[in-house]
Amino acid sequence: MTHSSLFASDKRTASRNRAEKRFRAYGIIAISVGLAMLAVLIFTIIRSGSSAFQQSFVSFEVMISQEEVDNAEKALLKTGVYQKIITANFEKAVTNAGIVTELSPKDQGKILSKRVASQLREFVLSDNFKADEPIAFQFLANSSIDGYLKGRVSREGLENNKNVSVEQLNFSDKLVEAGLLKKSFNIEFITGSDASENSPEAAGFGSAILGSFAMMIVVVALSLPIGVAASIYLEEFAPKNRLTDIIEVNISNLAAVPSIVYGILGLALFLNYLGPISANDWIRNNSPFVGGLVLALMTLPRIVIPTRAALKAVPPSIRDAALGIGASKMQTVFHHVLPLAMPGILTGTIIGLAQALGESAPLLLIGLVGFIGGEIPANVDQFFGGPNTVMPAQIYQWASRADPAFYERAWGGIIILLVFLISMNAIAIVLRRRFERRW
Amino acid sequence: MTTTILWLALVTLTIGGYFGGRARAIASVSGNEKLLHSRPNYYGWNVIVFTLIPALLVYFVFSVINLSLPEGSNILGIGAIIALLAGIVGFIFAIKQTNRKYRARNTVETAIRYLLIAAASIAIFTTIGIFLSLISESIRFFSIYSPIEFFFGTEWAPNFSGDSKLGFLPLLWGTISISIVALLVAVPIGLFAAIYLSEYAGPKLRSFAKPLIELLAGIPTIVYGLFALTTFGPLLYTFFGDGGFLGVNWMQGARSVATAGIVMGIMLIPFVSSLSDDIINAVPQSLRDGSYGLGATQSETVKKVILPAALPGIVGAILLAASRAIGETMIVVMGAGALAQISLNPFEAATTITARIVAQLTGDGNFESPETLVAFALGLTLFLLTLSLNVYALYIVRKYREQYD
Repeated sequence: MTHSSLFASDKRTASRNRAEKRFRAYGIIAISVGLAMLAVLIFTIIRSGSSAFQQSFVSFEVMISQEEVDNAEKALLKTGVYQKIITANFEKAVTNAGIVTELSPKDQGKILSKRVASQLREFVLSDNFKADEPIAFQFLANSSIDGYLKGRVSREGLENNKNVSVEQLNFSDKLVEAGLLKKSFNIEFITGSDASENSPEAAGFGSAILGSFAMMIVVVALSLPIGVAASIYLEEFAPKNRLTDIIEVNISNLAAVPSIVYGILGLALFLNYLGPISANDWIRNNSPFVGGLVLALMTLPRIVIPTRAALKAVPPSIRDAALGIGASKMQTVFHHVLPLAMPGILTGTIIGLAQALGESAPLLLIGLVGFIGGEIPANVDQFFGGPNTVMPAQIYQWASRADPAFYERAWGGIIILLVFLISMNAIAIVLRRRFERRW
Repeated sequence: MTTTILWLALVTLTIGGYFGGRARAIASVSGNEKLLHSRPNYYGWNVIVFTLIPALLVYFVFSVINLSLPEGSNILGIGAIIALLAGIVGFIFAIKQTNRKYRARNTVETAIRYLLIAAASIAIFTTIGIFLSLISESIRFFSIYSPIEFFFGTEWAPNFSGDSKLGFLPLLWGTISISIVALLVAVPIGLFAAIYLSEYAGPKLRSFAKPLIELLAGIPTIVYGLFALTTFGPLLYTFFGDGGFLGVNWMQGARSVATAGIVMGIMLIPFVSSLSDDIINAVPQSLRDGSYGLGATQSETVKKVILPAALPGIVGAILLAASRAIGETMIVVMGAGALAQISLNPFEAATTITARIVAQLTGDGNFESPETLVAFALGLTLFLLTLSLNVYALYIVRKYREQYD
């Protein structure tokens, strides 16, 4: 028998207390790791993605005569002629700014994006163009120069870099000093469409945003009414029998089927089977409409589960009261239960839709990813049925390209995607806070 | 063009039917609505039901027949005309039977009821669709490629010019090893976080940390994939790669089992923690009180009383997380590399079932070759694998729940 004291704990108690402290520490460590991971992710997203919203532009004045335009439009390779016009004007601007460089005018022009010639041509052919007047123009710098200004391309690894030389970097330093080359906000990244592999500086996210938008319209239009109808039946009308049981088990299993399996379903059912025999032009590879069909099937069980919970939360007294004054079962549900459950239903639906918006794997299978150098859709047919891409698929596409300049775009795309997701979830939270009733 | 006109006619008929039925019902009681069996709107809806359903049914039958016809012939035009005629017949019938005694509400509600049943059965049709599409294409695959070589082959070397080796085992190994790494990360962190949040944390920490950790589950997987590809993989490489800080040369490239597995583990933390949290909270307070009363410390109570009581539920949660890990696609496509091999080194590249499905089905494969069809066999295996895990997990969770109710 050991002596026990109120003031000094014995060995065994001390060791038990130490075990208690250790156990507590494990818990704190686990939570900190979880929170730290979240912080690291957010930090990475912001650090790697925010620079995509800025782009390096070379601004100088361009003066073109009508004769030059006519000549260029007659030429076989029109952009080639415009390229020469730009190079000549650029050299003039460089000389005017008093910059001395060993680069030839042609090499000076190489720091501009490959897209500038078509950019200029578009402007020349538009109504705003006036010949023989100096026009202040902002030209995209190419991605290496842009990367140099953003710190992605450094002077150290230059021997291995074929895209840019030391002279060009020296030249761009001088341009920055003279104020000709600077970074500014790049609206094109949000509104523009994807560009080809060799001009990451011109790639934009706009058509992917529109594609996602078209797809989500299809998803909402299909999965919300069907999901709510299915929930109402299962929760309010379904008799307790075998078939109901099968449907219920089915729905909870469908919610856990890996998303890629829905992609296979979409490929086999909509594209390989329905596509060739259907008269509908929207059912085809790369179309947001088919993406919407697939994701609607995927979202359906994710809407049914919270909707049923919301319907169940409406107290039976409401139903009894309505039935008591002569409403039919159907009137009870549609006039009383459904409106009362609506905030809960909408909250669940929005969260389900947010998941669909971020989904990428099934969409890769139905080809929402092979879209290069596309255009903003022009009409409703193009919007739903034309080849397009969606936000997560565009991000994947950029991430799998060889040029690391596209990584910055991918992260930038993620910022835009997350802005959409966060706003959807915020709406869901507000709805819940505002309208949810506790009985 | 004519079909458009016919459709417009049908829509006009329907809208007209609503007001016609309503007006006729009110007229039949000369304005005194109380004498009607149903409220006037129901008489309108009744006409809509009788107009639309025959028309749509006829059109549907014609489109099904049209699908089975040889190419070039089209009977949809005639179908639309007959559909409109059926609509008119239904319209006249409904208008004629409208009078004060007619039970319009009952017919309309029966129609709505069938609509609801149809919506609910879409879930079943989806499952049937998944099964049929997977099985029919898998059968085609197994008629070209031997199932034994597929399920027990140890080499994966698809070759689109023919003569491929499509062994399933390296993919299964990749899937399992990545899932194990993911669970090794997610289970301890998730479980300890759940224990701390439910047993130790005050309401303040709980209301702040729980939603933040759950945020990890709301981030799209493409974000994790990109994180693995551009940030985490290269970071691991600087430790374990050639000339790394640790002086070991275990990693050949930034993509590996560990890269994908650890990142996937982060994604699964909230999955494990929120499910376990629910289960731990479901353990009745009396068990805790009994344990404290006997002089146990809090951690002893957790280890000796709460965890054993919650164990089946926690196992269920882990199985659900495992099923998520097996079916996860984007993280492995972007983070795990593409090397199909059976290796014990977690720092080597690997590939999984899901990643191979994406690889075989994107691009210009033709749907006759085994290299493309194999994706459906992989999909079927994946579907059955995750399905059985889910069913088993739900079974365990459900069985456990009955104990305290």
